[in-house]
Amino acid sequence: MISAGGIGIEHYLTVGAILFVLGVLGIFLNRKNVIVILMAIELILLAVNINLVAFSAFMGDLVGQVFAMLVLTVAAAEAAIGLAILFIYFRGHGTIAVDDVNRMKG
Amino acid sequence: MIQVLAFYLFAAVTIASAVFVILSRNPVHSVLWLILAFFNAAGLMVLVGAEFIAMLLVIVYVGAVAVLFLFVVMMLDIDFASMRAGFIRNLPLGVAVAVILLAELLLVVGAYGAGGIDIGTTDGSRATPLGLSNIEALGALLYSDYILLFEIAGIILLVAMIGAIVLTFQPPKPGARGRQNVGKQIARRPEEATVMKNPEYGKGVEL
Repeated sequence: MISAGGIGIEHYLTVGAILFVLGVLGIFLNRKNVIVILMAIELILLAVNINLVAFSAFMGDLVGQVFAMLVLTVAAAEAAIGLAILFIYFRGHGTIAVDDVNRMKG
Repeated sequence: MIQVLAFYLFAAVTIASAVFVILSRNPVHSVLWLILAFFNAAGLMVLVGAEFIAMLLVIVYVGAVAVLFLFVVMMLDIDFASMRAGFIRNLPLGVAVAVILLAELLLVVGAYGAGGIDIGTTDGSRATPLGLSNIEALGALLYSDYILLFEIAGIILLVAMIGAIVLTFQPPKPGARGRQNVGKQIARRPEEATVMKNPEYGKGVEL
């Protein structure tokens, strides 16, 4: 690999940071729509993966990519469980509007 | 410098897709933008030499997100007729996305062939050792030093699978046809289920 046009780790970290912030923003913007909240969480995990892979390439150490795989696994498990919870919520309420979910409030 | 062009295109489309994910009114559109974002993030990872993670991103994320998409379609009553009504209006955007995607596919091949992007340390150490492919090196690491991590990932997936099944399992209504009574099945013994008969020649068996 050759050093190309001054693209460094900063560029990758910037992309990761923007994606992370967009994910957090998405959670706040779409507080009613739990499906979009789940997608925003996926965006955050994607940002984490980009950071891990970028640092893996930067440090010359493959372990970052191993951990990126673990993050991928956790993201898939989280999506499965989240959708299952969403499904049983929909079965009980007939809607997925989550802004008035307060049954477990103490 | 084809790599620089590829990087900026992938980064820009990834971020733009992420913006559309959180701003779309229609959740189905959000899912489609999310898929585009994942494809472009995979391109970013190919550029930096992490081919295996890039392929995993496409397979796992796009596969899992396709299921997400299915759920959205199934659970929300989306008016497909009105979605088709906007066909002409959405045509320019769709064509633009298709053209950008095609350009990216051609660019990533060229950029990868030109050597990708090196953001490595000054001492020249590389994540993927020379003479090995990324998948080979990752596999050698994963099945030796990080075997515990690998197995933990498997356990996490198993727990998620069992959890999702347990959460969404609906017990069948009592008396429904084909209902399984596990206790009755286990309590069944050979001696009460079978009988020995020794019928005479030419006679039938009376049960």
